[in-house]
Amino acid sequence: MTKVSRRNILKGGAAFAAGSTLGAPMIWAQNIKDVTLRQFGTGVSNLNDVANKVKEDLGFTLEMTALDSDSVTQRAATQPNSFDIADIEYWICKKVWPTGNLQAMDTSKIKNYDKIVGIFRDGKLTPTSTIAQGTAPHTVGFVEGPGGKEFVDNESGWMTLIPTIYNADTLGIRPDLIGRPISNWSELLNPEFKGKASILDISSIGIMDMAMVVESMGEYKYPDKGNMTKEEIDLTIGIFTEAKKNGQFRAFWKSFDESVNLMASGEVVIQSMWSPAITAVKSKGVPCVYQPLEEGYRSWGGGIGLSAALTGLERDAAYEYINWYLDGWVGGYLMRQGYYSAVPETSKDYMSENEWGYWFEGKKATDVITSPTGDALAQAGETRDGGSFEERMGAVACWNAVMDENQYMVRKWNEFIAA
Amino acid sequence: MLKHNSFVGWLMALPIMAVLVFFLVLPIIMIVTVSFWQATEFSIIPAFDLENYEFLFGSNVTYRVFFNTFKYAFITWVFTLGIGFTVAYFLAFHVRSLTWQIVLFLLCTIPFWTSNIIRMISWIPFLGRNGIANSTLISWGVIDEPLDWLLFSDFAVILAFVHLYTLFMVVPIFNTMMRIDKSLIEAARDAGASGAQILWNVIIPLAKPGIMIGTIFVVTLVMGDFITVRFMSGSQSANVGRLISNDIALLAYPSASATAVVLLLTVLIVIGIMLRYVDIRKEL
Repeated sequence: MTKVSRRNILKGGAAFAAGSTLGAPMIWAQNIKDVTLRQFGTGVSNLNDVANKVKEDLGFTLEMTALDSDSVTQRAATQPNSFDIADIEYWICKKVWPTGNLQAMDTSKIKNYDKIVGIFRDGKLTPTSTIAQGTAPHTVGFVEGPGGKEFVDNESGWMTLIPTIYNADTLGIRPDLIGRPISNWSELLNPEFKGKASILDISSIGIMDMAMVVESMGEYKYPDKGNMTKEEIDLTIGIFTEAKKNGQFRAFWKSFDESVNLMASGEVVIQSMWSPAITAVKSKGVPCVYQPLEEGYRSWGGGIGLSAALTGLERDAAYEYINWYLDGWVGGYLMRQGYYSAVPETSKDYMSENEWGYWFEGKKATDVITSPTGDALAQAGETRDGGSFEERMGAVACWNAVMDENQYMVRKWNEFIAA
Repeated sequence: MLKHNSFVGWLMALPIMAVLVFFLVLPIIMIVTVSFWQATEFSIIPAFDLENYEFLFGSNVTYRVFFNTFKYAFITWVFTLGIGFTVAYFLAFHVRSLTWQIVLFLLCTIPFWTSNIIRMISWIPFLGRNGIANSTLISWGVIDEPLDWLLFSDFAVILAFVHLYTLFMVVPIFNTMMRIDKSLIEAARDAGASGAQILWNVIIPLAKPGIMIGTIFVVTLVMGDFITVRFMSGSQSANVGRLISNDIALLAYPSASATAVVLLLTVLIVIGIMLRYVDIRKEL
């Protein structure tokens, strides 16, 4: 089989797939069974359930490796031959793309491309939205062509990452131990919670949470939180170093499990947290709220990128996988954990009306809401913290980012930890 | 004949030489070399540049962190030595039958059948704000408010270190004590020495090599550690190991190597100083 003929088959296949709701078996089904794709990424979406479902629906093998954000960046930048598919965040993409280890993807092969939410295309959730600070996904989402090195500011038809998963993060609190409403980021440094606060020890994300707090305290208004000057970094970390010396923090956390334990054990009552960590605390029967705050959310988005070394049948399989990913099953799975899918409408088919109403529309649950693993997360009558998709994603104040002064920031961060 | 002998000697030493060269000498040479290189976020640039060292010695964080590392090592050493010596002394001189010595010695090692990390992490729920230690103290009426400094503090770090590494002190000290000729102690007693004098003038001098070996174990293990400090201080304190691990996480291999080289030299100097006081080879 030559490349040309395979491409023709692919076109035929794509047209055929477009006609059915499921990724239907392809003409090269016999060959594709032997394909193994190696995917690596952060723990959030590297789920064995997904790999199993891929084998079932598409026939090929997906090997998953879950690493922390730093290791993911490191591997994508330094070991291009160790993976076929990189499941990374957009700010990691900004760091890794210049190495040439990833290849741009042809959006005409993505059948649900037109249904991808605006955030990942022109940056706007609705036509009237303003774009938040930081590394907004659409700013690093497109390049001018297959070999493009520079990001472009329009929908060029060549995507760096196909968006898969994203969410709006905020502070997690223990309402039972705080006993009053919390509505501002500045509460993280409120002396009332001395020795009971925590922040995450991942510099690139932690600095953004810090900036949200500093701005909320009225100490400083950043022109762009996602790209601070050295003076702004000094100021931000200075305020937190002061708080650390005064004993504000109980601990810092680096892994998901640590944040869950700190919160569930009551060591910490207010801290930076990720959505599934809230879910995990709740499923232990401990009250925990993902508190919406006046200043808005710190958001992040992840997507799938293809290794530059990927060609031929493997690349076809990868496109097949991406189309399947956006087709709804994974989206439904992720949305039932509290994340959002890049193509929400396809996920609807894989969720019950109650689940869709609770997770996406911000409606009251009409029945018990369970996680994909079966733990009860909410009872009938409860609503999701922060409300509907539009309310949550529409209130994003900044995106996770990588700064021009990144190395300086990292050194300052190390000093903060050692202070 | 002599020549032949030395050839055979070299040949016999060859396997261990090869292992040491490949797994010890070459990696160290590599680390030293890389410590002079430069790195950007994605690439490592071979060069000869002192920038890594200049930054390291120019930053007061480095001095604070090295001070912290020494502080942990010293305090841990004091406690492990005190506990280790007492346990070894009890086993060697108070327990008379060999069977019981063996039984009790094995008892000491039982906690070490589980992994370091598990033994360390199991302290966290114990020492926590609502942990067993605090709730017990409150129920006894010793304290009214839970003690926060029990966990995520220097206290917790040192407690974990002492727990993890005391056995490394017990074993070598016990070993040297077992080889002290009992008649020496009888002779000292016959000559009118008190118990304290026997301990100070006979047992401690003869147990010195064991103490020194234990000290080397404890000091090198504590100075090279990073995970205990991270977990038990709740990431709030740093030692040199954590500086290195942070650098590695951020792809700054040259800077990590430079820190590693300085740490290696520091530890070697410390051991060098200790070996001036006791000639282990002579006394073993």
